[in-house]
Amino acid sequence: MLEFPTWKKVWLWGITLAFAAAAIPSLVSMGNARWPDALPDPMVNLGLDLAGGSHILLEADASQVGEQRIENMEEAVRNTMRNAEPRIRIGDVSTANGQLSFMVESPADVDRARELLMPLVNGTGLTREWDLQVLDETRMVLTPTSDGLEQAVTDAMDSATEVVRKRIDALGTREPTIIRQGDTRIVVQVPGLQNPDELKALLGQTAKLEFKLVDQTALPADVAQGIAPPGSQIFPYAEGSDFAGQSIAVRRLGGIKGDNLINAQQSFDQQTNEAVVTIQFDSQGGARFAKLTQENVNKPFAIILDGKVLSAPNINEPILGGSAQIAGSFTTQSANQLAISLRSGALPVDLAVVEERTVGPDLGKDSIRRGMLAMMVGSVAVIALMIASYGRFGVYATVALVFNVAMILGIMALLGTTLTLPGIAGFVLTIGAAVDANVLINERIREERKRGRRVIAAIETGYKEASRAIYDANVTNFIAGVLLFMFGSGPVRGFAVVLVIGLFTSVFTAVTLTRMWVADWLRKARPNDLNL
Amino acid sequence: MRLLKLVPDDTNIRFLRLRVPFYIFSCLLIVGAWALILGKGLNFGVDFAGGMELRATFTESSEAPIGEIRDRLGNLGYGTPVVQQFGDPNQVSIRVQLPDEVAQDKEAAQVIANRIVEEMKQGHPDFRLDGNDNVSGKVSDEFRGDAVLALVLAMLGVALYIWVRFEWQFGVGGLFALFHDVSLALGMFALFEMEFSLQSIAAILAIIGYSLNDTIVVYDRIRENLKKYRKMPLVELLDLSVNETLARTVMTSLTLGVALLPLLLFGPASLFSMIAAIFLGLVVGTYSSVYMAAPILIWLGVNSDSFVPDETATEAQEKAARQLS
Repeated sequence: MLEFPTWKKVWLWGITLAFAAAAIPSLVSMGNARWPDALPDPMVNLGLDLAGGSHILLEADASQVGEQRIENMEEAVRNTMRNAEPRIRIGDVSTANGQLSFMVESPADVDRARELLMPLVNGTGLTREWDLQVLDETRMVLTPTSDGLEQAVTDAMDSATEVVRKRIDALGTREPTIIRQGDTRIVVQVPGLQNPDELKALLGQTAKLEFKLVDQTALPADVAQGIAPPGSQIFPYAEGSDFAGQSIAVRRLGGIKGDNLINAQQSFDQQTNEAVVTIQFDSQGGARFAKLTQENVNKPFAIILDGKVLSAPNINEPILGGSAQIAGSFTTQSANQLAISLRSGALPVDLAVVEERTVGPDLGKDSIRRGMLAMMVGSVAVIALMIASYGRFGVYATVALVFNVAMILGIMALLGTTLTLPGIAGFVLTIGAAVDANVLINERIREERKRGRRVIAAIETGYKEASRAIYDANVTNFIAGVLLFMFGSGPVRGFAVVLVIGLFTSVFTAVTLTRMWVADWLRKARPNDLNL
Repeated sequence: MRLLKLVPDDTNIRFLRLRVPFYIFSCLLIVGAWALILGKGLNFGVDFAGGMELRATFTESSEAPIGEIRDRLGNLGYGTPVVQQFGDPNQVSIRVQLPDEVAQDKEAAQVIANRIVEEMKQGHPDFRLDGNDNVSGKVSDEFRGDAVLALVLAMLGVALYIWVRFEWQFGVGGLFALFHDVSLALGMFALFEMEFSLQSIAAILAIIGYSLNDTIVVYDRIRENLKKYRKMPLVELLDLSVNETLARTVMTSLTLGVALLPLLLFGPASLFSMIAAIFLGLVVGTYSSVYMAAPILIWLGVNSDSFVPDETATEAQEKAARQLS
């Protein structure tokens, strides 16, 4: 029980000092000094509530992915049927009820149409992406499968995360954290960012750019009432544009999407000196853009961003160089934001901010100062109480407590976890609770002495009998701590982390380490009585 | 050096003599707490209610003009804002419920925040925005669901553990003591209209952990004594167990108390309600392990035979070891 062979001592001291040493870089940098780069530097991250900064939780509208898929499918079906040899004529296309349905005009073509659609339906992965049905001999109905839809949402979220990362990098902020959470969420954390407006404006923009021909046959009165001619759809003008509040009808198909951009820059129009965005297409996009403008000289085309028309200029001459200018009553800043968004690509889904937390830097510093002060005063009081009550054994408990705090910090640094404001409360709570093990042991030793046991037997029994309750109490605390970690969020998790790590380290330091020191002392001093 | 002894040796206080009056008292407290919680309701922060919370400091003033803020912002048309002093007298927290349309429009929340800040800066140039929390209704609903789930799972989980390690009566007793402590803590939040947030849930889980810690120490001693003194009447045995662990109980509560007190007095403002709840939990947790968790064992019919199945080979070995030493 009180035997500690040398190998065991080396081993215990090794663990203790290794974990405690891992706390040093964090302590040094918290004291405003710099930790030399050449040395290994595991660091405890400071949570945003301590460091200041912004936390933003974005949520994607997954239903959009479904709509988008049906829209794309419609385009694919039309192209496939048009390019078939001989061409298959279809009609009565409908995209209602989350399905795509259409009529094959000649029943003789149905089998051929089905054959041609198979590659689209089966997709490229392992899951079948669409169900294909033929009703009444000629009507074909395509329904997205749930597996396919799920896959599409996952893919969309992956690329959305990538787009978000690119846009934030373009802002030049330090050490942002961008993590996918659950099925449809992305967490963005930017330490030190005081004003998240710019960030949110940037992330709120889907940046889906489209060029569509204006439907000049539409009657202005119909458009005002929201009635579009067949094959057209109505888009409102963007707020801030010259025609804000009005709408315009454009041809639904045959436009160009902004997917083929290779560059976008904010610049100034040479004539009007207005802020504009200059975009550059890749060769494929450039060719399509050239073709569209060549075929429609002197007709207007609408530049649509995220479902709102920025402007609808006339095509004065074919645009062949693959670069174009987008005007739309921009300020320099909003033009720059649009350029960044276009450069990083369009978001495959709209993202909404569902949770936002921002903390100013002054508040964080003040919190650290107050928290540390409270921790110091609390520790001194606990130490004084322990030494006054248990003398030598109180000193052991105190030294164990110091190692305990250092080890928690060290383990947090090694795991790269985050210290939050509630985490500081967790430290204080751990300081108070960690000595409980020593209190239990020491009180038990006192009892055993009172019952007349000799010194060594009393200490041995004290450690042994107290360990059972210490063990049970820590397991129950562990259950509460793990649940807190699982269900908590952000700063509260920081509390759970300290609590759970503290459970392990405090049992180790308060029971194992003190027993080793007590055993050493017993062997050297061989006391006949205990001052306890 | 003479050591400090807070509890004299060999106390023999007959705690359990007062078990019935204290039980009635505690049950009344529980009922009162729930009446407050259900009647008055908890003052949910934005974590659980959704909406926006702005924290601000009036850097040039000694005291924030709370009444005026309420009037000023009440005129903006976002309902009645909740304005509370927060930390120092010149710091406030302002909570507004966001209209439902905000969920549809991405920029609306920002617009509202900007309007509030502008409005405040007009009358008070020293208004400094320190922080801004903004939680949508959907997320706050999830937080609420998760919080309830975490509390229920924690209580059941630990009760189950005690049942496995001890006996079912102990599991029920522990659970009841926990229910008592959690009810009282929630009651305190309702009574003082303290903001109930995710941190409050953390506080309550900390209370569950601590309160049980205390209960387990007493239970462990009861189990030990049940095996040791097979003929002793149960009430006497419980009293003995509580007395034997009294020195430890006092000492632990005291160390935890002196550690927490500085945090309560001059810790960061945003931790105040969390620490206050843990502090209350410390007091009622200690009380409940003596007056709730122990006497219920009498009524649930615990006796020495409860541990007879335990007397197997290990028990016999322990006995032999005890005789030898």
